[in-house]
Amino acid sequence: MDSATSHRNGETDARPPLGSKAANGLKIVVVGGFGVGKTTMVKSVSDIRPLNTEETMTRAGEGIDDPSQVEEKTTTTIAFDFGRISLDATTVLYLFGAPGQERFWFLWDSLFRGTLGAVVLVDTRRLADSWYAIDRLEQRGTPFIVARNDFGGPRHSETQVREALDLSEGVPVVECDARSRGSSRDVLVALVDHLYTLASSAAEARRSST
Amino acid sequence: MRRPGRDDDPDRLYTVTGGRSRSGSDTFDLVTLVVSESEPVAGMQSEYAEILRICRSPTAVVEVASLLGLPVSIVRILLADLHAQGRITARHPRTGESADELPDPEILKQVLVGLRNLTPER
Ligand SMILES: Nc1nc2c(ncn2[C@@H]2O[C@H](COP(=O)(O)OP(=O)(O)OP(=O)(O)O)[C@@H](O)[C@H]2O)c(=O)[nH]1
Ligand SMILES: [Mg+2]
Repeated sequence: MDSATSHRNGETDARPPLGSKAANGLKIVVVGGFGVGKTTMVKSVSDIRPLNTEETMTRAGEGIDDPSQVEEKTTTTIAFDFGRISLDATTVLYLFGAPGQERFWFLWDSLFRGTLGAVVLVDTRRLADSWYAIDRLEQRGTPFIVARNDFGGPRHSETQVREALDLSEGVPVVECDARSRGSSRDVLVALVDHLYTLASSAAEARRSST
Repeated sequence: MRRPGRDDDPDRLYTVTGGRSRSGSDTFDLVTLVVSESEPVAGMQSEYAEILRICRSPTAVVEVASLLGLPVSIVRILLADLHAQGRITARHPRTGESADELPDPEILKQVLVGLRNLTPER
């Protein structure tokens, strides 16, 4: 397990309790390939040391051609980490760090249901690692921004990144250092700004169509 | 190098929850905040007692799972049991629109204010 995360074992004292008025849990997902800095980003902005938890899924066998065969089921367990930010007395924002690989997609439906939006964290040396995540987000219609985490690799222009990721025009691309709290906060602000723009123009369109 | 064309194949995998029906437990989102309405009682199964202790202050489903060291899917079932017994209440997320639609701009504005208040240093 990642040493930056913790679970169980009386770590409850490291977990400041939410105020009694806390009533609205919101979520944002940080998604990206292995080692791209997801846990680091969650940790940078979280009020608590990131916690780790598991989701198990039982998948039924697929493509069963022989009806005499007993359907095979396999149980997959995947771990993900999360942190939280108390935004005001009633609102708490949860941040999830989720692996972006294909074999984890089943977790996503559970994570992404009701999510405000997503940050796709990319390492410009390994842009292809985020292709699958971007495909899924587009399919789901989950709004996202792309944050390039600078690992000191070769400089890519924003245009090169956009092209390699085949991003739609409106998708913001920002730079960040996931180790920095200020920089990670700015990534979240950029995402929510983007969401606000989308949501207000959608609301506007609804108003003018009636 | 460039992201290849979209794969439009519907997913053929599907999930099943063994043993028990999902109805009821589906109402607990990962970030639903759970609050105890009673104290643990003697003889109660330890996981239930532990949940009631953890949720003396509002605690998200995902935090309960992490603190118990149990998968979220199991915790959802335990929570549904406690909920049916009236021992906990649930504060569900409100994003202003139905799930998977764009959230209410007013809520987003509130989130922006909260995020901008975060100090760059701790
Ligand atoms: N140079 C540099 N290193 C970083 C940055 N962000 C994270 N790292 C380092 O990269 C390594 C991996 O970061 P993690 O946060 O564990 O990455 P992850 O995406 O959670 O990794 P997995 O959960 O294993 O997929 C750590 O050693 C971090 O300290 C960054 O912005 N710049
Ligand atoms: Mg990690």
